[in-house]
Amino acid sequence: MRRGETLVQWSLAIVALSAIAVLALIIIFIFKEGSPIIARLGMVQFITGTKWSPTRGMFGILPMIVGSVWVTLGALLIGVPIGLATAIFLAEMAPSGTSQILKSAIQLLAGIPSVVFGFIGLVILVPLIRQWLGGPGFSVLAAGIVLGIMILPTIVSVCYDVLKAVPQAYREGMLALGATRWQTIKMVVLPAARPGIIAAVILGMGRAVGETMAVIMVAGNATRIPVSPLEPVRTLTSNIALEMGYAVGEHREALFATGIVLFIIIALLNTLARLVARVEKV
Amino acid sequence: MTDRRVTLLFASITGLTVIILVVIIGYVMVNGLPGLTLPFLLESPREMGRTGGVFPAIVGTVLLTGIALIIAAPVGILTAVYLTEYTRDTWLPKIVRFGTESLAGIPSIIFGLFGFLFFVIYLDLGWSVLSGALTLSAMILPTIVRTSEEAIRAVPDAYREVSLALGSTRWQTVTSVVLPSAKPGIMTGVMLAIGRAIGETAAVIFTAGSSLRLPRTLLDSTRTLPVHFYILAREGISLENAYSTAAVLILLILAINIAAYTIMDRLAKKES
Repeated sequence: MRRGETLVQWSLAIVALSAIAVLALIIIFIFKEGSPIIARLGMVQFITGTKWSPTRGMFGILPMIVGSVWVTLGALLIGVPIGLATAIFLAEMAPSGTSQILKSAIQLLAGIPSVVFGFIGLVILVPLIRQWLGGPGFSVLAAGIVLGIMILPTIVSVCYDVLKAVPQAYREGMLALGATRWQTIKMVVLPAARPGIIAAVILGMGRAVGETMAVIMVAGNATRIPVSPLEPVRTLTSNIALEMGYAVGEHREALFATGIVLFIIIALLNTLARLVARVEKV
Repeated sequence: MTDRRVTLLFASITGLTVIILVVIIGYVMVNGLPGLTLPFLLESPREMGRTGGVFPAIVGTVLLTGIALIIAAPVGILTAVYLTEYTRDTWLPKIVRFGTESLAGIPSIIFGLFGFLFFVIYLDLGWSVLSGALTLSAMILPTIVRTSEEAIRAVPDAYREVSLALGSTRWQTVTSVVLPSAKPGIMTGVMLAIGRAIGETAAVIFTAGSSLRLPRTLLDSTRTLPVHFYILAREGISLENAYSTAAVLILLILAINIAAYTIMDRLAKKES
């Protein structure tokens, strides 16, 4: 029987290693395919070049890096305040019945496929921006708003859990001292929940940076560095998805190299999230 | 600011969040439901999808999601069993956990690139049901591991102790006591993973391709509902059919997610 148990334990360990095996395969294959062109052009040249023109052999992805940064910042600017306020209302203010119903409704938002978000942005948001604010409508702004809405469920549910984890005694102490509910939230609950809220923001950021299909449909995808939020923009993810279908040779390598840059950005964000989580535990 | 005003402000912001949800789903339904007829569900598309239905895309979606699940569910659940029942604090579970967490953060387009390089080209499976399903299974693995782990951890230790005291081995305890008790929680996780797989576009379009024909073997290319929707909408083939396809997609995912959360709610009530 002992021997049987050891066998089970080792078999399970081998199965459990499949996640890390997949991760290793992803890294190996994408780096193998994308690194030759980075080596040829030089990493600095590749990420600071401002011209992306595959037909002329020019591969600079600075416009896409800037594009991803702009669009992600826009998403955070919209998603974080709305998400945090919603989480505070649901966790601290609303009666628990209402709160449960609204929370499930918002969780359903997370289930809507990203292409549908992009499409709604395309048919509702883009024309509105074109009409009221000018420009082509396909813009940093449109992409930021669509992504901001897409990261809402993540921000709301993580912030909600974090707020609920703040011990009740903190609130009672404050209220006993004569503080109002808002003073209690502002001075005690939010500071206590800060590391968790930061982790939620980083998580949302990772989702926004990595989102592809929704962005393609509303961002306009021009390979220029945008100088205003009303100008079209192309992100790293869109760059891959738009051209992958027909790219060959050096062009295809450059798309995998774009994937490497994206991968590194995501890895840095994940590490950051892990560090924040560790600080929180101390 | 006074308490009342702050509450009012935050309540309106919450209202805004909910309104956005209602508008998105409502808009798709209002425009999509009129075209959502039985023939639309059961017919093949004609003229690239300008007319006709979405039957092959439904078959493609079900095949891809089903096969992805057959692969990812056992691997994910066994990984969770390993992490909760079979490890002390050694280096191995740390690596496993690192791998799962990292995988969870990888964008779907990267999975698409990987699936294209590894399954489509390197393993020479081509654009196919199998390539798409394998790619999806890698993508949903972390969700299944995480939710199963939570569900298994929630099983009271007393259950395990009783089973072990009766002379069962650890594995017998897992199969006859722990997993049955954790089943509803695991089911919730699996359903959330299905929801994610059904709606995925970027990882699927480069691995399963976009053939409109009904796949005959697992090595045939196919097109899923979100891919079909994306092509209809982006290439402006038929806005009408795009709306109806989106409506099918959303109804499918809503049904699965509502079922998942209902199970979870019932669980929470049973515990309290």
